[in-house]
Amino acid sequence: MAAETKTMALAKAINESLRRALETDPKVLVMGEDVGKLGGVFRVTDGLQKDFGESRVIDTPLAESGIVGTAIGLALRGYRPVVEIQFDGFVFPAYDQIVTQLAKMHARALGKVKMPVVIRIPYGGGIGAVEHHSESPEALFAHVSGLKVVSPSNASDAYWMMQQAIQSDDPVIYFEPKRRYWDKGEVSTDAIPGPLHKARVVREGTDLTLAAYGPMVKLCQEVADAAAEEGKSLEVLDLRSVSPLDFDSIQASVEKTRRLVVVHEAPVFFGSGAEIAARITERCFYHLEAPVLRVGGYHAPYPPARLEEEYLPGLDRVLDAVDRALAY
Amino acid sequence: MTVDSSAARKPRRSAAGKAGTTGSSAGTTGTKRTTRTTKKSTDPELVQLLTPEGKRVKNAEYDGYVAGITPDDLRALYRDMVLTRRFDAEATALQRQGELGLWASLLGQEAAQIGSGRALRDDDYVFPTYREHGVAWCRGVDPTNLLGMFRGVNNGGWDPNSNNFHLYTIVIGSQTLHATGYAMGVTKDGADSAVIAYFGDGASSQGDVAEAFTFSAVYNAPVVFFCQNNQWAISEPTEKQSRVPLYQRAQGFGFPGVRVDGNDVLACLAVTKWALERARNGEGPTLVEAYTYRMGAHTTSDDPTRYRGDEERLAWEAKDPILRLRRFLEASNHADDGFFAELETESEALGRRVREAVRAMPDPDHFAIFENVYADGHALVDEERAQFAAYQASFADAEAEGV
Repeated sequence: MAAETKTMALAKAINESLRRALETDPKVLVMGEDVGKLGGVFRVTDGLQKDFGESRVIDTPLAESGIVGTAIGLALRGYRPVVEIQFDGFVFPAYDQIVTQLAKMHARALGKVKMPVVIRIPYGGGIGAVEHHSESPEALFAHVSGLKVVSPSNASDAYWMMQQAIQSDDPVIYFEPKRRYWDKGEVSTDAIPGPLHKARVVREGTDLTLAAYGPMVKLCQEVADAAAEEGKSLEVLDLRSVSPLDFDSIQASVEKTRRLVVVHEAPVFFGSGAEIAARITERCFYHLEAPVLRVGGYHAPYPPARLEEEYLPGLDRVLDAVDRALAY
Repeated sequence: MTVDSSAARKPRRSAAGKAGTTGSSAGTTGTKRTTRTTKKSTDPELVQLLTPEGKRVKNAEYDGYVAGITPDDLRALYRDMVLTRRFDAEATALQRQGELGLWASLLGQEAAQIGSGRALRDDDYVFPTYREHGVAWCRGVDPTNLLGMFRGVNNGGWDPNSNNFHLYTIVIGSQTLHATGYAMGVTKDGADSAVIAYFGDGASSQGDVAEAFTFSAVYNAPVVFFCQNNQWAISEPTEKQSRVPLYQRAQGFGFPGVRVDGNDVLACLAVTKWALERARNGEGPTLVEAYTYRMGAHTTSDDPTRYRGDEERLAWEAKDPILRLRRFLEASNHADDGFFAELETESEALGRRVREAVRAMPDPDHFAIFENVYADGHALVDEERAQFAAYQASFADAEAEGV
């Protein structure tokens, strides 16, 4: 593939990445509900079945446990399935297969079996959807050893992190920020931007660190812009990976800024922010000027669309947390 | 039994095609059918080649699949069953002696497992539950490998690809989907191998089993679903799982189901060969219900006296899979006293070997906790391993200081 840089939407970047994987490795399969002719409900797999055939881009029966369970069997046969769960809230029929089988198979076999399965899950809210179409269940997967959990925030990462997820011999849950699917960005197809599980400073600052991943990275950049107008210098860290979490990068940033606010759409209670707060408090106790604060969803079901603006972290709620942290 | 008694008299196969075999029309499966109409539904119609008394009965559909069987083969099947039972008994004893934490006995299911296991080719692939010790034996898995997880030194640990025998799966029914996916891969590879998924009557209620039926049917996957209906899912009888005989479930999914006498090793061999042949010929999945009986407890932690009576077990003991083949071997002069005596000696030697191997099985190294969690590593696992190492080392320091 000739090296080039193109501007494309995040969804298209995933599509291009899948295409490249299908082209370069005959063992890669794409499977899921409606991924064939339709190209997926978000068109992420658009055109792939036409070019690679029904044997490699597989429309499955409407049964999530079956999708993941058969992907496990295909992986045992030497394939590298990339499966799509149509929406975040629909993953739970497959949760058993993911947790009891996919995550543990390598350990159960004392390393003699590998599970190179990628599970793509469009996640998060902000698109005015009906129930079960806006959730952020990443902590439920990060809690399970044997799984890796990542979420890109931009088109370039979407492209490269998918390449890396497919090459991984471990199962990777790849959370796609669905509200950012149409955000465009530069994608260079010849340079891996960095390791899959390494965080990246996307904006340097000195007063406080905002840590986020997936859909909240863009929001945090907007927050940093707004704060800058008030003379506050915020550093924004794109975590990119939820399991493993790159605590070294968070620590390095916090040792500089001395304050940390973690932002995610998922409920705050037992969310990834809780783990970050606990470990960063342990690592940076004498550097911190304020407790680690978290901004996220509430301990309530994801609300109907007309209420999601109130439920989701927005510019003002994050700024409020920034102010509270800076007030210490 | 709540099953409509007429259900058991319906054709044993679904209407789905059964091309490639002879005598395929339903209802031509031998003369016994007509004599069984008055029997109660708990004694179902099933494919049988060897009666409990050890008499060979003709079966137009399935005789062909055991036509070439020699006295040597019959003695080998007998030996497999006897050694499997001996191994199983030793494992139960080892649990009672505290050497194993748990054991799931296959007592009574030897014919179902040996018959189906010996129908397989080396390149076929097996997805077992946690009770397929007889199938493991057929695959050449060293029996002592099976005991690690029951002793608590690992969670399986054998290489599934060494014998094409997947790891034991404890969550009920999960492996039927793995088998289906594997079989889909076989088709993609253009191979003519087949896959066999073992599960039980209880598992038949699991959604994953229904999804495996759906996926295998839709993709025409070369998989045999081998259900050992041993009548009991721990304490629940089969009528708590299904309103219809289990083999009939296949019909709604669009592939054939057949019920076989699970205590008849010849019938199990023949029916499984037929089902595997369908898979190899591109005819897709088959459900085989091996009608058998779990003569022992669900596991060594179970107490079957709380939910079933002795009379039921006694009735099934009369249909013992090993006894009936022995009767046949003796009546046919296919085996003499020397054979049985030699097998007895071999049995005891196996028991001894298993006993010694289990007692010699070392506890794993503490750091095994952190091994193989990930294939490509994980920062948190590395960090926690280091913390654990430091914690462990603190004891050594304390000892060195004489604390």
